[in-house]
Amino acid sequence: MSFFDYPNVVIARRTMLARSGAVLSGAAVALLTGRDVLAATAGDAAAGDIRILNTALGAEYEAIAAYQFGAESGLLQKPVLDLAVTFQGHHKEHADVLSKTVQKLGGAPVAAKAKYDFPVATLKTQADVLNFAATLEKGAVSAYLGAVPLFADRDLAKAGASILGDEAMHWAILRQALGMPPVPVAFMS
Amino acid sequence: MPGNIVQLAAAIAIAVSASVVAVAAPVGNAKRGTDIYTRCQACHALDYNRTGPKHCGVVGRKSAGVPGFDYSTAMKRANLTWDERTLDRFLANPPKMVPGTTMTYAGVPDPQERADLIAYLGAAGNKAPCR
Repeated sequence: MSFFDYPNVVIARRTMLARSGAVLSGAAVALLTGRDVLAATAGDAAAGDIRILNTALGAEYEAIAAYQFGAESGLLQKPVLDLAVTFQGHHKEHADVLSKTVQKLGGAPVAAKAKYDFPVATLKTQADVLNFAATLEKGAVSAYLGAVPLFADRDLAKAGASILGDEAMHWAILRQALGMPPVPVAFMS
Repeated sequence: MPGNIVQLAAAIAIAVSASVVAVAAPVGNAKRGTDIYTRCQACHALDYNRTGPKHCGVVGRKSAGVPGFDYSTAMKRANLTWDERTLDRFLANPPKMVPGTTMTYAGVPDPQERADLIAYLGAAGNKAPCR
């Protein structure tokens, strides 16, 4: 039985989605206000943080494109389609905050690519698309987990961890939508 | 012949050290590496470029060696060949080995996991979707 066969879990999902929005909004506010601290971040440390933010930004742009592909594929049915669009919206928020923060630090944000490659030939069903999205989201959790310790600015590390939490919720909900245990491990790596 | 004895002793010492290193190095398991590779899949795929370059054929490839991929200046200047030794060092802490790399990832600290991941990358190069 899939995730969407359980009304109580749907309620839980909606609650989680609402909360994830609140968490990101808090981080976004933290990133975009009180920027005197960031402005004071000097030299190599700022350059390193800009590099981390830009790598994350590039991956976020790809995630946005991936969900766009999924939404336009004709393979996703409601309510899964709504879920994909919601998650894409989160990635757009991540990208917006990351881009603005790079600019605040005096860097040049990377641009989205004109075209992304996706394994289109292997995506034939809704489950294929969900599995693909889940793979990207799990990778995103690991990527942010690997990036957070590298930030020189601890406020940026906190914001990165906030995005990590959002990606982890995406991964868990996609797994549940696939009928898999949503949270298969106690620790992520 | 004291000189010969010194040379012999040095040769033995080197041979013993090498054998100790060989014994100590973890043996990679490609199957376990499959799971570890999921950590890489926010930015990488085997057979197409993403935020990071594709991994088909990475073992044995020169650094910055995927045609058409937009590498960082740091990686372009790294002048490495990706073999088990260099991959192990890089994956342990990418920014430490190649300062300025856009692979802003703290690394895989466990030597066994790195060996498994490298075994997976090597094995993947010999089958679909790489072949």
